[in-house]
Amino acid sequence: MTSKPADAETQLLEVENLAISYETRHGDVAAVRGVNFRIGQGETYGLVGESGCGKSTIAFGLVDFLGRNGKVVDGSIRFLGQELVGRPKKELRDIRGNQISMVYQDPMQALNPTLRIGRQMGEVLISHQEISMDAALGRSVDMLQRVHMPDAGNVLRRYPHQLSGGQQQRVVIAMAMLNSPKLLIMDEPTTALDVTVEAAVLDLIGELKAEFNTGIIFITHNLGVVARVADYLMVMYAGEMVEKGPIEAIFKAPTHPYTQGLLGCIPRLGDHKSSCRLEAIPGRVPPPAERSQDACIFHPRCGFALDDCTLSRPEPVIVHQQHQVRCLRTAETSKMREVSCRDLPAVDTVAGPSLKGDPPETLLFVKDFKIYYEHRSNSLKDIFGKRRKRHIKAVDNVDIKLRQGSILGVVGESGCGKSSLVRGIIGLEAISGGEAEFLGVDIAKPLGRREMEFIKELQMVFQNPDSTLNPTYTVGYQIARPIRKFNTVHREKQKAEVYRLLHSVKLGKYYAKRYPRQISGGEKQRVGIARALASRPKVVICDEPVSALDVSVQAAVMNLLIDIQKEQGTTMIFIAHDLSVVRFLCDYVYVMYLGKIVESGPSDIIYAPPYHPYTEALLSAIPIPDPKAKRNHIRLEGDVPSALNPPAGCRFHNRCPRRTAMLPDGGLICTQQEPPGQDAGAGHRIFCHIAIERLASMESVLP
Amino acid sequence: MAEPVDAASGNQDGDLTSEESEGRLRRFLRIFGAVMRLVWASKIAVLGLVIVLFWVMMAIFAPWLTPYSPTAQDWEAPGEGPSWKHPLGTDELGRDLWSRLIFGARVVLVVLPITDNFWIPGGTALWGVLVSLIVGAALGLMGGYFGGWADEIIMRFLDAMMSIPVILLYLIIVASIGASAINVVIAIAIVGAPGIARLVRGLTLDIRTRDYVGAAVTRGESAWHIMLMEILPNARGPVIIDAMLRVGYAIFAMGTLGFLGLGLPPPSPDWGSMVAKGREFIMMGSPWAALWPSLAIASLVVGLNFLADGLREEMNRYQ
Repeated sequence: MTSKPADAETQLLEVENLAISYETRHGDVAAVRGVNFRIGQGETYGLVGESGCGKSTIAFGLVDFLGRNGKVVDGSIRFLGQELVGRPKKELRDIRGNQISMVYQDPMQALNPTLRIGRQMGEVLISHQEISMDAALGRSVDMLQRVHMPDAGNVLRRYPHQLSGGQQQRVVIAMAMLNSPKLLIMDEPTTALDVTVEAAVLDLIGELKAEFNTGIIFITHNLGVVARVADYLMVMYAGEMVEKGPIEAIFKAPTHPYTQGLLGCIPRLGDHKSSCRLEAIPGRVPPPAERSQDACIFHPRCGFALDDCTLSRPEPVIVHQQHQVRCLRTAETSKMREVSCRDLPAVDTVAGPSLKGDPPETLLFVKDFKIYYEHRSNSLKDIFGKRRKRHIKAVDNVDIKLRQGSILGVVGESGCGKSSLVRGIIGLEAISGGEAEFLGVDIAKPLGRREMEFIKELQMVFQNPDSTLNPTYTVGYQIARPIRKFNTVHREKQKAEVYRLLHSVKLGKYYAKRYPRQISGGEKQRVGIARALASRPKVVICDEPVSALDVSVQAAVMNLLIDIQKEQGTTMIFIAHDLSVVRFLCDYVYVMYLGKIVESGPSDIIYAPPYHPYTEALLSAIPIPDPKAKRNHIRLEGDVPSALNPPAGCRFHNRCPRRTAMLPDGGLICTQQEPPGQDAGAGHRIFCHIAIERLASMESVLP
Repeated sequence: MAEPVDAASGNQDGDLTSEESEGRLRRFLRIFGAVMRLVWASKIAVLGLVIVLFWVMMAIFAPWLTPYSPTAQDWEAPGEGPSWKHPLGTDELGRDLWSRLIFGARVVLVVLPITDNFWIPGGTALWGVLVSLIVGAALGLMGGYFGGWADEIIMRFLDAMMSIPVILLYLIIVASIGASAINVVIAIAIVGAPGIARLVRGLTLDIRTRDYVGAAVTRGESAWHIMLMEILPNARGPVIIDAMLRVGYAIFAMGTLGFLGLGLPPPSPDWGSMVAKGREFIMMGSPWAALWPSLAIASLVVGLNFLADGLREEMNRYQ
């Protein structure tokens, strides 16, 4: 970055040699060390890395919001030429004033739930400018309209809980933009949002960037997201910059082994487990106290590391103009330009069902499956039972077939009923209607009345790694519990069985003695899988097991699931909201929207036309880690309607982007009749009124 | 609340898992060490621990710490102030106050007299809190886990009990079943159980939504297993803190009952009845008989509160 000293005056933010530490009981630990970057006016700077790499710490350091135990210990931060480090708080407030804004990950926590939106937005203006409340509200409405908030005038009178997550994030962004800040810091602004909402918010950020000439620091762990919005990119690892440069340069020629690893462990749309394997980065980010001072910080996890990597801390090397890498082995690593997932030999080694030959045995099916929750409100009418009972139709008339040895994926946005569906199948939710049969036996009854031998055959892996294990007991005890419960092996062999299960999830024997708090999120999830496998079930249900994990760990867990399917022939139901993960992992896919299946079929077929319009929109919204990818732009209007009162006819009709163009009468039929299941061949079904031929004529939304 | 954990390692039958291979003693030492580190981190908890340990030591070694029996009357020195012969003075019957004080601590903290000649270890206050803990935890677990009608019935019943003023409830119970150590235990248990039940129910409502409870349900575990093995051990932190505070309240309650003449029957050394008797002589220039037991009750209750509060603060900071 030293190449252009001439335009130093125009730099918005210059950070030099920044180091931030936190005080703990065991002394100070360095969270960020020696970070340099510059942001020009109107530029977007992406910060990427796994959790615990110091991205957010940098952001909080910039706005002096490190909390009681954090402090900037070294370096300088110059904002519009003024030094920020070392100044008293009062002066900092004046300098920063209204020129730096911040957008956080969770909009629900950024908004005060007890105040109306208008009041909260107005305050932002009043506290920084001489302006009346009326004028402030007027400006707020303007700003809400600019972030494409429908019905902006009314939104001011609402409370945060009356808005959806996507709308809340729009409000937060509008609030941050109200004072036309010079610098906007966005800390994972889309991570908590659904993929279609995320796409819309990213579009919005792109627009605002062009319109306001605001410099943006964009923090994310998702390389696909950053590829869409950033001009420059800095990859952080364990508190250090490992690679930085213009976004195209990094995506074209990722040079640091960590950057290559991050790119290699996300499945590209179109990758499938039968053709390639994800490259997970081994190990995990070291905790701040264990980071070495005088060696390459990445060497323990690096495939290129040689002895000299452990001897000194590498200085940044300029690979190409502004592209810098902190690595000693750039000569070797730069040859590894092609970093997608590793190709497997052409032989189909996956034990999954082939589409040719006899269809494999159906292990489990549900038909007309319904899960309704009773809606309770506190009105007097309800208390006296005068009103007709209302139901939230979480799952409504769903048919699913699970074939032996396959992985079945269920995809959809949050609130589509995918979790309720599997919880109903396993017996954690009461079933309101329909049939469910497992191994030829009716299981449409609560878990307490099921036979032990069927309970044993159907086990579950849970979503949240932090609550999947009981903190009281050791890993070994928790894996041993189902073994004892179901008597899968003789008493004397229990220990060996626990070790075998640990081994099958690629964990060493010594993990048996550890407590959940002593292991990382990815390891907890592996233990969760081992516990589910301990009863030797025929079917394992995985409820978003990878969505709370970092990308590198996610790849390892997915590889593990594939290996288990291959080696043990376990059948799985896999729920996810990430379509590229489902595409990679699953053999069959069901797409759900508002309690209904809208499309189903083998995974490779679903991802190519003909699409259901909803699937098309979902696919088009996936962020792809390639800044140059040009794609069809399909965005859904509005929010997912309430399942309490779903739209009549086709539940998707009020958001369907294809209806008016592709059907006569502007798609009147969609509002009146439920769509028929149309057969598109090879087991592919689409529930839509638009004829298959017309759907097939649509362009592929994948690059 | 250590029972469930111990039961867990107990029924492993020497076959597997860490608790076994680690060894009971080492496991105990590790947990003990962790707790001590927590106490050590908070000055106020250390102070509390010192006060509590002082009384526990006095109570345990009482027979060796004084040459007098708590009931022996010295008719040559009734109602005296502190002297070399009687370090804290004597009461109106010439009984040594130091001796009565530390033997009184015994009843509170170390022994529970069941009949005249038979006693079991663990003081009256401790037993009272333990029983209320068992009853309260059982009710709270059931209410929180089963929910619905079971919850309504249990909680409304407990609400009704909590609506009666505590002191009144003590008086009603002890007055109706008679004054004895075992009846004081029963009274403490009945009065303490609703509060503990509320606490445990709240924790249960939270913990039952965790995924590991879901995993236990999908494994077909019984409701009892889930409540006792999965939920209860994870509620132990706040429950132990609450129990410590409750020991303080129980000592307080014992003092009150003794003062009102509903404690241990005389002539046994009871702090509350010592204050009641000594009260009559304050105006006659001999405040010692009322002062020492009052100080004893106050310091022990304050010590337990310090310990519990310090621990709670330190645990919350840890998260």
